[in-house]
Amino acid sequence: MKERLQELQAEALQKVEEAVSLKELNDIRVSYLGKKGPITEVLRGMGKLSAEERPVIGSLANEVREAIAQHIEAKQANLEEAAIAEKLAAEKIDVTLPGNPVRSGSKHPLTKVIEEIEDLFISMGYAVAEGPEVEKDYYNFEALNLPKGHPARDMQDSFYITDEILLRTHTSPVQARTMEKHQSKGPVKIICPGKVYRRDNDDATHSHQFMQIEGLVIDENIRMSDLKGTLDVFAKKMFGEDREIRLRPSFFPFTEPSVEMDISCKVCGGRGCSVCKGTGWIEILGAGMVHPNVLEMAGFDSKKYSGFAFGMGPERIAMLKYGVDDIRHFYTNDIRFLKQFSKHEE
Amino acid sequence: MFVSYRWLQEYVDLSGISPEELAEKITKSGIEVEGVEKKSEGLKGVVVGHVLEKEKHPEADKLNKCLVDLGQENPVQIICGAANVDKGQKVAVATVGAVLPGNFKIKKAKLRGEESNGMICSLQELGIEPKVVAKDYSSGIFVFPSDAEVGQDAFSLLGLDDSILELGLTPNRADAMSMLGVAYEVAAILGREVKWPQIEEHASAEDASEYISVNVEAKEDNPLYVAKVIKDVKIGPSPLWMQTLLMNSGIRPHNNIVDITNYVLLEYGQPLHAFDYDKIGSKEILVRKASEGEKIVTLDETERTLKADHLVITNGSEPIALAGVMGGANSEVGSDTTTVLLESAYFTGGVIRKASKDHGLRSEASSRYEKGVDPNRVRQSAERAADLMAKYAAGTVLKGSVTSDSLQAEPAVVSITLDKINKVLGTELQITQIKDIFERLQFAAVVEGQEITVTVPTRRGDITIEEDLIEEVARLYGYDNLPVTLPVAETVPGGLTPYQLKRRRVRSFLEGAGLYQAVTYSLTTDEKAGQYSLEKADTIRLAMPMSEERSTLRLSITPQLLEILKYNLARQNDSIAIYETGSVFLKTEEDELPIEKEQLAGALTGLWHSQLWQGEKKPVDFYVAKGVLEGLFTELGLAGTVTYLPADIAGMHPGRTAEIKLNGEPIGFVGQVHPSVQKEMDLKDTFVFELSLQSILQAQAEPIAYESIPRFPSITRDIALVVNSETAAGDIYGIILEAGGKLLKEVSIFDLYEGDRMEQGKKSVAFSLKYLDPERTLTDEEVTKAHNKVLKAVEEKTGATLRG
Repeated sequence: MKERLQELQAEALQKVEEAVSLKELNDIRVSYLGKKGPITEVLRGMGKLSAEERPVIGSLANEVREAIAQHIEAKQANLEEAAIAEKLAAEKIDVTLPGNPVRSGSKHPLTKVIEEIEDLFISMGYAVAEGPEVEKDYYNFEALNLPKGHPARDMQDSFYITDEILLRTHTSPVQARTMEKHQSKGPVKIICPGKVYRRDNDDATHSHQFMQIEGLVIDENIRMSDLKGTLDVFAKKMFGEDREIRLRPSFFPFTEPSVEMDISCKVCGGRGCSVCKGTGWIEILGAGMVHPNVLEMAGFDSKKYSGFAFGMGPERIAMLKYGVDDIRHFYTNDIRFLKQFSKHEE
Repeated sequence: MFVSYRWLQEYVDLSGISPEELAEKITKSGIEVEGVEKKSEGLKGVVVGHVLEKEKHPEADKLNKCLVDLGQENPVQIICGAANVDKGQKVAVATVGAVLPGNFKIKKAKLRGEESNGMICSLQELGIEPKVVAKDYSSGIFVFPSDAEVGQDAFSLLGLDDSILELGLTPNRADAMSMLGVAYEVAAILGREVKWPQIEEHASAEDASEYISVNVEAKEDNPLYVAKVIKDVKIGPSPLWMQTLLMNSGIRPHNNIVDITNYVLLEYGQPLHAFDYDKIGSKEILVRKASEGEKIVTLDETERTLKADHLVITNGSEPIALAGVMGGANSEVGSDTTTVLLESAYFTGGVIRKASKDHGLRSEASSRYEKGVDPNRVRQSAERAADLMAKYAAGTVLKGSVTSDSLQAEPAVVSITLDKINKVLGTELQITQIKDIFERLQFAAVVEGQEITVTVPTRRGDITIEEDLIEEVARLYGYDNLPVTLPVAETVPGGLTPYQLKRRRVRSFLEGAGLYQAVTYSLTTDEKAGQYSLEKADTIRLAMPMSEERSTLRLSITPQLLEILKYNLARQNDSIAIYETGSVFLKTEEDELPIEKEQLAGALTGLWHSQLWQGEKKPVDFYVAKGVLEGLFTELGLAGTVTYLPADIAGMHPGRTAEIKLNGEPIGFVGQVHPSVQKEMDLKDTFVFELSLQSILQAQAEPIAYESIPRFPSITRDIALVVNSETAAGDIYGIILEAGGKLLKEVSIFDLYEGDRMEQGKKSVAFSLKYLDPERTLTDEEVTKAHNKVLKAVEEKTGATLRG
């Protein structure tokens, strides 16, 4: 009987070892360990054994049963693992195929530049002021020390609607309006972005409509050196810490003294190249100390208050920053153009 | 203003300063030098030649065979096609090996079998602009005066090796529109002296007043008029050196008399005019306002109709010049002129500016008068020109001048304190430094304690107030030397207004949703300006548009976006989604500002989503456009207050357009562009929206109020309703929501069926309803009760039946 059990064990283990599917394994379990299986049969015949032999064979039978069960279990785990692996292998995909595109648009490059400048000045305590694009001659010119017949009106040939109403030629009327409303109540610190219009034929460097962004600071004791310092901060933050600025005398009717600001050319590092037309400098903006007539007309006492103002063109800045060669691109809105400005920049 | 470096040396010592260094210094201290040009740069090999013989080319009618002495051992043969070449002339010859503009190299050649050793040149071929070439030479070769030395370098003789500084003058620096003015500026920068021209006195027996009387009626516009008479002039070309200086300054030489007036204009900045005395037709000069409709033919042979606010010079009755702008053809100096009446006058800027603008005529004279000339150079300039006419036109200058003088030309006196200068500039300058700067400018400055009183010469009419003096100090002290500081001031809160902040949020949302921001022009055609307008208002047209294309202010943004789509589609950019925020302009009263409204518009066409290798392609449709807006309204906390109603809008698809209402007020539309418009513009199916940005930014957002997360399960019931095809799903949705009571938490539409298995004129809409009580678990009975109420309401109000 003992031999029979050992034989059964060997035979069962052999079969378990050879089993290749879970079903086969289950069949082995049923055939060896089931109620009608050979081990049960052996145990049934135990009545014929002596009292000494019975526990020995009983315990052996249990051991055999245990061993077979253990092997089946182990084999089952093996087979299950293999089945999963096989399934996963069948599920393999090509991870190099493109993912599902996430739709995303982007800001217009001019908005990008304007918001960058806005945020820079906001961090220095400026508010953003806006005003109408169609203006009164008074705010566009007269309040800015440009009376009718002033030769400087030629500098910005304008689109008039009537004798008194025109498309603003700069965003300076917003300054005039802000000052007038403000009436000497504490300091003024604003920047004014917006669209402006001039009688120019559209070509690679001219546009009858373009953007401007101007700044104005008025307080007691504002000095020209403060203007220089402010522009220095602006130039370094906007164009890079390694940039130098240079102020050149200029003329604007609403500021005195007036200057133009150049920054050192990034392309050639100041040695002179085609981008800076050999000068090593690139013109960025116009600025100056607010003309006393402008202060007085807006109700500020020019003996007590002083201020500075500056103005620049986002198109020009965008063209320099991104190397855009034709101002018309900003208004043509070719989608292949717009798509190039969607990245975040350092 | 073009400034000849060589000529400038006559008025100020430039030793040790190269043209480029000079340009840099001038730029940094006040006047932008836009360029320094030397025309002969890179050119070589052009000399003065003497035409010894000229005969017709044996084989070609239009060619001449010339024998030219170049100052070398043997004269050379040159074939020349110019009609005006002749024996005995001194001409400019590009010798073999010469390089002309455009890198044109001269080689030995054979022309119709005849050898040619070089080229006889026109001025244009040497790089001179055609518009400054004297008329005699405009279509032929240039001829040097007979005393030109054979073999001499022609570039040098023509002043082409001179460096020309191009000054970009701002309107305030009218003083620098003359060589003397530039000399003062340069003298101040370099700390050197200004050298004035020497004028010789002429005292003939006859007195000018015997020939002419001067009477000015319009004294306000013409406070000073000086007339001189020069007799027995011999008209001919002016000296070559004068011609080359004029050409280098951009002025075409004519004859000695006219050239002298232009030369002195450039030298002093004072416009002069020479009349042919014998053609004036009277012995009288009367300056008066023109009568309305009066006519004059100016020197450019154009008849001009005058207005009452134009100033004319007359002979007592007929106009002979449009004052300060251009002379009249009837009194023009010509080859037969013998007596010249020379005018030097002070006209005020306004009257000249007006005439110049009305006639579209800007001359060297008018551009100077407009900006203001120096009243103290009027007489000097006349004397200088008369002297030159004596020297270079063999004239006899009659004694004295005939003048009308009511001019008050007192120099401005401006006082300023040292403290004010330092306070404005942020500097710590000393009074001696300030005084030194004014002395360099040749402004008389008197120091009394801390105050400095400056007498500003009349040549600097731009300086009238303290700030003007501060600028002079700043620019000559140098902006490079200015300290760098930041404002020390009371801190004010900066930042964006809530409106501006929200507007940025709208943009970011739309960009996040996949739309690109566009920026378009506000000016468009009359026709497009009013299309798709949200408001009933008239459009605004410019008084003088530059083109029809940009003549009228827009009332809506949509037409501009459609143009962008058209542009892109024509360039194979098929899938586009763009938006724009910007102002539209509503006409109000004449001479009142229009109402400007900020609007938001979008346009979508082509594919919204595609993943080609997976076979996914989602074209843009109405619901894509609407979905973008719904998302935006949710973002702004307005979702619950916005409704959409079918609408019929001009230019839009009548069955695929909705009006958008916010709290019941119309704010815009969304829909498909009308197929006929699409076809006309070569667009594919295009969906647009436009709405009032102001309305949505100013609307009160629903506040964020926290609701606790439900702890109890919800129960969902789905229903499919059969209704008439016309019944709007949105209406059923509203009825369900209303009838559902407080237990009904969510309703969504999950199916729509119209088709074969449906009765004609019917459709099935399936809704999913979610019931929930946050306080406890709902029983089936409670849900059924609420749900039946919903079914009953829908049935009663829409005639809907449950789909079996």
